[in-house]
Amino acid sequence: MALLDLKGVTLGFAGNTVLSDVNFAVAEGVIASLIGPNGAGKTSLFNCITGFYKPQRGAIRFDGAETLTLKPWQVTRTGIARTFQNVRLFRQMSVLENVMSGQHCRSRAGAIAAVLRLPSQRAEEKRIRDAAAQCLRFVGIDPEEWDRDATTLAYGHQRRVEIARALATEPKLLLLDEPAAGLTKGEKAELVTLIARIRDQRKIAVLLIEHDTSLVMSISERVSVLDHGVMIAEGSPKEIQANPRVIEAYLGSEDAEAALAL
Amino acid sequence: MALQSGSPGPQSIEARPSAWGGLTVLLDTPTKRGVALVVILAVMIAAPQVFGAYATVILTNALLYAILALGLNIVVGYAGLLDLGYAAFFAVGAYSVGILTTTFGWNFWATIPVAVLAAMCAGIIIGGPTLRLRSDYLAIVTLGFGEIVRIAARNLDITGKASGISGIEQPWLFGWHIARPVDFYYVFLVLTIIAILVSVRLSGSRLGRAWLYVRHDEDAAEAMGIDRVRVKLAAYIIGAIYGSIGGAFFAVNLTAISPQSFSFQQSTLFLMAVILGGMGKIPGVILGAFVVVLGPELLRDLGSFRYLVFAVGLLLIMLFRPSGIWPVGSRR
Repeated sequence: MALLDLKGVTLGFAGNTVLSDVNFAVAEGVIASLIGPNGAGKTSLFNCITGFYKPQRGAIRFDGAETLTLKPWQVTRTGIARTFQNVRLFRQMSVLENVMSGQHCRSRAGAIAAVLRLPSQRAEEKRIRDAAAQCLRFVGIDPEEWDRDATTLAYGHQRRVEIARALATEPKLLLLDEPAAGLTKGEKAELVTLIARIRDQRKIAVLLIEHDTSLVMSISERVSVLDHGVMIAEGSPKEIQANPRVIEAYLGSEDAEAALAL
Repeated sequence: MALQSGSPGPQSIEARPSAWGGLTVLLDTPTKRGVALVVILAVMIAAPQVFGAYATVILTNALLYAILALGLNIVVGYAGLLDLGYAAFFAVGAYSVGILTTTFGWNFWATIPVAVLAAMCAGIIIGGPTLRLRSDYLAIVTLGFGEIVRIAARNLDITGKASGISGIEQPWLFGWHIARPVDFYYVFLVLTIIAILVSVRLSGSRLGRAWLYVRHDEDAAEAMGIDRVRVKLAAYIIGAIYGSIGGAFFAVNLTAISPQSFSFQQSTLFLMAVILGGMGKIPGVILGAFVVVLGPELLRDLGSFRYLVFAVGLLLIMLFRPSGIWPVGSRR
């Protein structure tokens, strides 16, 4: 059974259909990509999966449970983590504190425990810190950078901190919204390795939205194509590259460059 | 939200070196900070003997403001919620004590848990529904709440209507009758220290970080599994507890309370202390509280001009240090 399973998801805003009758699944331990021209509804689909948008119709099941009615923070607790298209780290907070936020939903100490500094609270604080440190090491951010204000880091590093923050929520599925946007060629190569390591070493399924078609084709096992809110194709990278509907969708859009890469 | 601190504008101003640059050197190591704390504590302990009776009363008031500013700082500074009716919680604490000690003859110390519970309930009733809303609806609701509490107090029989409650008995503590201004000074000093300790511990905790996450980016915080409503409500309730405890001791200090002590102007003064000192910075808000209380007193020689001068001073501070008096680098 699929880890994430969307059936007939339909979303509209003020009469505009953003997603229509989308069926979509992500299997456990897979690296999958969601591609499509600008405005196809990719990020909207992410927002539906993570609970930020409520589709008017359809069903979303994750890990065997219905998640459509859950709030975003509840969805995260069930094991879906995400990053944002434009990096959204917490300003004026250190790199480590940013990543520690991911552990919030895996910890429980409240106000009273904090004021009294109960042993359980101190032990939990250490656990949160260690987990965050471990995620930072995993994405390759050196300890020298941990105490810096996160938003002062180089852009490529901020992207990695955001991935570390998502990993700190201990997800089963990681959603990356255009993780390669704005990265240099070298950084993109590192990202590909990182995504593979997330899946191989942490057994986390990865679903990414990405415009860099060659990056998508090189790491994905499954590719789904969204166009004007409709899922027009789904298959292996090879199948997608040979699919005339996909090429047509891209040629008819501003992303002619991406079409050429196909 | 209007209260998100550190918009790009002010930050670029802060980046310039200033006279504070030199002063921050005084506090740049734990040892120096420890020494500074000991010195401040020594001065505060000696103050009643050194500065005399009048100053003791004023300083007691400054300490009360410091406690309330620390409480409001959790709401405004940490969680980023604009509360324009904070005096309401102050009133809930004061009236709980006033009513229970006079009408029902309770011991003062026994009334404190009731005052705290009453403020928590008020916080849940006001915060529960409104904290779900985004942006600044809360400001309007809290403004209304502040007025409702004040007007209710002015019209209810149990709160003594416009004349309020008088003859509140001053408490005993293990044979010590807390009655003289100097007694209350030390009580408020201890309360302030507790308030600081609680704030420090909260700010460095899981909950304290969650407040900052939610303040900086609600969506990202929620994507990290943080229930923003719950976290905000916690801040609001903790702020309410600070307010009610401040109000409880305020009532026994003055022995008489009346509705005008809990006006909108009071709420703005508390808020001013927080914003002036630097939202989210504990030493900053305490400094802010002292400036708000001591400022007009130190300008007393100017007679009726003093509030004008004080207001211009405040405007200048906000113009040149938009994120508060306390240096920006030290977040806590």
